[in-house]
Amino acid sequence: MQTADRTDRTNDFVIKLANVNGTGSASANTMLMKTVFRMGVPVVGKNYFPSNIQGMPTWYEIRVTKDGYMARAGRVDLMVAMNAETYAKDIKEVSPGGYLLYDSSWPRPALLKRDDITIMGVPLARMCNETFQGVRARILLKNIMYAGVLAALLDMDLELMRSMLGESYAAKQSLLDSNLRALEIGYNYAKEHFPCPLPLRMQRLDKTKGHVMIDGNTTSAMGCLFAGATVGAWYPITPSTSLMDAFKSLCQKYRVDPQTNERNYAIIQAEDELSAIGMVVGAAWNGARAFTPTSGPGVSLMNEFIGLAYYTEIPAVIFDVQRVGPSTGMPTRTQQCDLMSSAYASHGDTRHVLLFPANPEECFYLAAQSFDLAERLQTPVLVLLDLDIGMNDWMCSDLKWDAAYQPDRGKVMSKDDLLKIEKFWRYYDHDGDAIPYRSLPGVHSKGAFFTRGSGHNQYGGYTEDSTEYQIVLDRLKRKFDTAKKLVPPAILHGTGNHAVGLLSIGSCDGAVREAIDQLQRKGIQVDYLRVRAFPFGEEVENFLRQHQQIFVIEQNRDAQLKSMLILETAVEKAKLHSILHYSGLPMTAHVVVDGVCAALGNDARLVASR
Amino acid sequence: MSFIAKPKIANLNLPRNELGLTRRDYDGAMSTLCAGCGHDSITAAIIEAVWSLSISPEQLVKLSGIGCSSKSTAYFVSGAHGFNSVHGRMPSIASGASAANRQLHYLGVSGDGDTLSIGFGQLAHAIRRNVNMAYICENNGVYGLTKGQFSAAADIGSKNKKGESNQQPPIDPCLTALTLGATFVARSFSGDKQQLVPLIKAAMKHPGFALIDVLSPCVTFNDHEGSTKSYAYVREHFEEVVHADYVPPRASISVEYAEGKSMPVTMHDGTQILLRKLNNDYDPANRGHALEYLRNRQAEGEYVTGLLFMDTESRDFHTVNQTTQTPLNQLPYSVLNPGQAQLDKMLNRYR
Repeated sequence: MQTADRTDRTNDFVIKLANVNGTGSASANTMLMKTVFRMGVPVVGKNYFPSNIQGMPTWYEIRVTKDGYMARAGRVDLMVAMNAETYAKDIKEVSPGGYLLYDSSWPRPALLKRDDITIMGVPLARMCNETFQGVRARILLKNIMYAGVLAALLDMDLELMRSMLGESYAAKQSLLDSNLRALEIGYNYAKEHFPCPLPLRMQRLDKTKGHVMIDGNTTSAMGCLFAGATVGAWYPITPSTSLMDAFKSLCQKYRVDPQTNERNYAIIQAEDELSAIGMVVGAAWNGARAFTPTSGPGVSLMNEFIGLAYYTEIPAVIFDVQRVGPSTGMPTRTQQCDLMSSAYASHGDTRHVLLFPANPEECFYLAAQSFDLAERLQTPVLVLLDLDIGMNDWMCSDLKWDAAYQPDRGKVMSKDDLLKIEKFWRYYDHDGDAIPYRSLPGVHSKGAFFTRGSGHNQYGGYTEDSTEYQIVLDRLKRKFDTAKKLVPPAILHGTGNHAVGLLSIGSCDGAVREAIDQLQRKGIQVDYLRVRAFPFGEEVENFLRQHQQIFVIEQNRDAQLKSMLILETAVEKAKLHSILHYSGLPMTAHVVVDGVCAALGNDARLVASR
Repeated sequence: MSFIAKPKIANLNLPRNELGLTRRDYDGAMSTLCAGCGHDSITAAIIEAVWSLSISPEQLVKLSGIGCSSKSTAYFVSGAHGFNSVHGRMPSIASGASAANRQLHYLGVSGDGDTLSIGFGQLAHAIRRNVNMAYICENNGVYGLTKGQFSAAADIGSKNKKGESNQQPPIDPCLTALTLGATFVARSFSGDKQQLVPLIKAAMKHPGFALIDVLSPCVTFNDHEGSTKSYAYVREHFEEVVHADYVPPRASISVEYAEGKSMPVTMHDGTQILLRKLNNDYDPANRGHALEYLRNRQAEGEYVTGLLFMDTESRDFHTVNQTTQTPLNQLPYSVLNPGQAQLDKMLNRYR
C-alpha cells in the first residue's frame, strides 16, 4: 500500500465502491466511470464480483489516470463503503491520507475509526426514504445519490451525468425525474457539508477521443462476426458467457435477411462443452467458420475433441476466457492458469496454436485472425483471454476493419481442383510447408475420404504401419514450425540492448508497462517483450538469447509460461526468473517492480546498464 | 483391412438409378468385421437404400463414433465423406456438420455402446434439437471390439459367452427416443432386408432426427444360447407392426399398393411414405400408444419392429432456427461482413 500524496492528485486517483450485489449499483458505477471517460480523462474500470446473484459483497474500482495506465493501481484513495458487512475490510484498504464515504443513516463511529484517513458520512438511506416511495426504488436511487455526492467531491461534470441519465431513461420520464432528483440531493448535500472539491479531483482533458470503453468478450464476438463465422456452439460458463451473448445480439442485427427474416448463422447452446466443441469440429469439417467460447473447466472437457481435431487436421476456434482454477476455483476471479492445459491439450503428442490478446482491442483483431490461422493451418486455435480482459471495460482505440480483408480459407480443394488431379491424398505434404489439402463434403466424390482419429497414412487411409504412422506424426510437428511464421509476432518495447528483459503475456501488459516507467524512475532500464502467440517465433528466441536476465511475468502459481519457454526454446533455465501473481485480482505494477527490485537488489543499476 | 478397395467389375447389365449409377458405385471398402456379422447386412441395406433413392455419393455424409458398428461407415459409399469421430460423440459432429450445410444427407451409424452408454447424452440432445439426419443404432447388446462385455442394451437374464447373466435393466433406444420427443422411431433386424431397406429410405427422407434401432447379432460374442440378441432369439421374438415403404415422387401409389390397410404419408419434398399396418391395433401416429405397446411387448420378451412412430409435423433444427436456405458454408463473405460503417455504429454504444 502506497502513501497518498495529498498535494495534487488531479486526474490521478482511485475510487473503490463497495456494494452488495443485486442492488443495482452497477449502473451507477458504470455512469461514474463513463463520466470520467467523457470528461476526456483515461480511466480503468475493474469489477470484483461474487459468484452469486444477490446479497453478496461486490466491489467496483475506478482508476482515474491522466497518464493513461491500463492496470489496476493497487491503492484506494476514496472508498465508497455501501456495504456494512465489509466495512472492516474496506476501511483497512484505504491508502493513508485517503477518504471513506459511508451511509451515516446508521452511524458506526466504533467500526469506522482510522486516524490517517478522512471519514465522511452521508445519510443516503434517510434522504432516500424521505424523498422516494417504494423499497426497490429507494435501494436503487441510493446508488445514484452517492454518484451525486462524488460528483461534488471530485468535481465531476454534473451536466454530463444528467445527460447520461437522460440516455438511460429516455423512455421513462418518471424514472428519469427520480434519478435526477437523487443525483441532485447527493450533490447538494456534499456541497453543503464537505470542502468540495477534495484534493482528489477531476479536470477535463482531451485524451479519450477516438477511444471506447469496451470489454474483450464483446470485441471477440465482433472479431468472430467480421471474420465471417457462421456457426457458434457453446455451453454457458463464467466468464465466457457474455461472448456468445454479444455474438448472438450482433447476429440478430447484422445477419438476418430483412426480407425473408432468415438467419445467416446458427448458434447452438449445447448440452455440455464436449458437445459444443464437437459441433465446432463438425461445422468446420464441413467448411463453415465455427467457434466456441469457454473457460478452463470447459477446455478440460474438450480435450478429447481437441486431440481429434489436431490429428485429423480440422480447424476450430476456441476462446478460453480464463478464470481461477483448479477445479471450479473462483469463477469470477482472473488468472492465466490454462496455458499448459491449452498448449498440450489432449492425450498423445499434441500441440496447439495459442493467441494471447492483451486487451479488448487486440481481442478483436486476434479473434478474426484466429479463424485465418485455424483454416490456414487446419488445426485448433485457442484464443486465451482472461476474466479481466473479457469482462472488464478497457479504454481502447476505435476498432478498424480493413476493407480489403478476405478470409484465408486455407488449402481447400474446389471441384475444378479435384477434377484436375488423379487422386486426392488428404494428408500429403505437396508444398513442403507440412500443410496438406482439404476437401469438403458435397463438392465432388473425387475429394471424398474418411476422416478418422485412428492411425492414418499420408494418403488418408487407415494404418497400423509404424512408418506410415510416423510420416504423418512427423509432418504435424513440422506444421507447428510453419505455424511459428504465421502467428502474430511478439512485440518488443525498448531498445533491445538492455541486459535485463521482461517477458509477459496477455493482461499483464498494462501492469508491466506501468512498472517499466516506475523502474525507469529508479534508474533501472529494461526491455520488454510481449509474447502474443504460441508457438514462440524466432523473435522470442532472439530476445531470450540477447538478455542476461529475463523476468517472466504471468498470472499463475506454477510459472506455466516460463515452463513453456524452457520446453520450447533454447533458453538457459538459470536466466529466467518468475514474477508470479495469482490472487485472482488483476495484476498491479507494484508486483512487477517489487519482483524485479528484489531480484536485482543492490546490483540493479549495475546490471541494468550493461 | 479397411483400406483394401473392392475391385470394380464393369457389368453393363447392372440396373442403374436415376443418376445412371449402379449399386457398385455405392460400394465402400472391404469390411473387416467378423464373417456373418449382422452389421454387414445393414451396410448392404444402406447401399441399397441410398442407391435406390438416387442420392449422389458426394451428397451423402457418413458419420460414426467408435466401435464395430462405427467402423462400418467405411464399408459403403466411398464417394461420400465419412467422419469416424470419437466414442459416443457422433451426434455433436452431425449437429455441427448439419448446421454448416443443410442441403446434404446425413447418415449416422452407431452401436448400442456408442449410443446408449458413452453417447447417451449426445443422442438425447440430438433428438431434442431434431437434427435432420438418419441415425442407425446397430444393436447387438454387447461390446465387440473390447471382446464381449454387456452393453446397456443387454436384457435382464441375457447370458454372455462365459455364461454370466446380466442383472441390470436394458435401455431401449426406441422407448428412450419416444420419451424424448423423437419425430421418427423405427426398429428392424439386420436379417430382414425387406423391412430394413424401406425404413432407411423413409428415415433419410424424414425432415428431422430419424432413429432406427437395428437388432444386429454379434456372431462372435453374442449369438449363443441364452442371449436375447442372437439370430435365433430375434427371429423367434419378432413382431412387425407397421411396414414402411418409400414411394418415389413419380410412382403412382394406387397402382402398386391397392390392397391392404395402406396409409400414404406425404413428406416435405412431396414424396410419400406408404405405411402398411400389419397389426390392426397399432397406431404409428400416436406416441403414447406406441410407448405403451412397446413396453407391454418388451415385458413379454418380444421385439416390436417396423415404423413405430412418425410425426408428420416434424420441424427440424434449421426450420426452428430459421436458417437461410443457402448452406452457411457457402455464404459469400460480402454477405457476412458488416463493414467499417457498421463497426463505427457498433462502437458508439461504448463511448
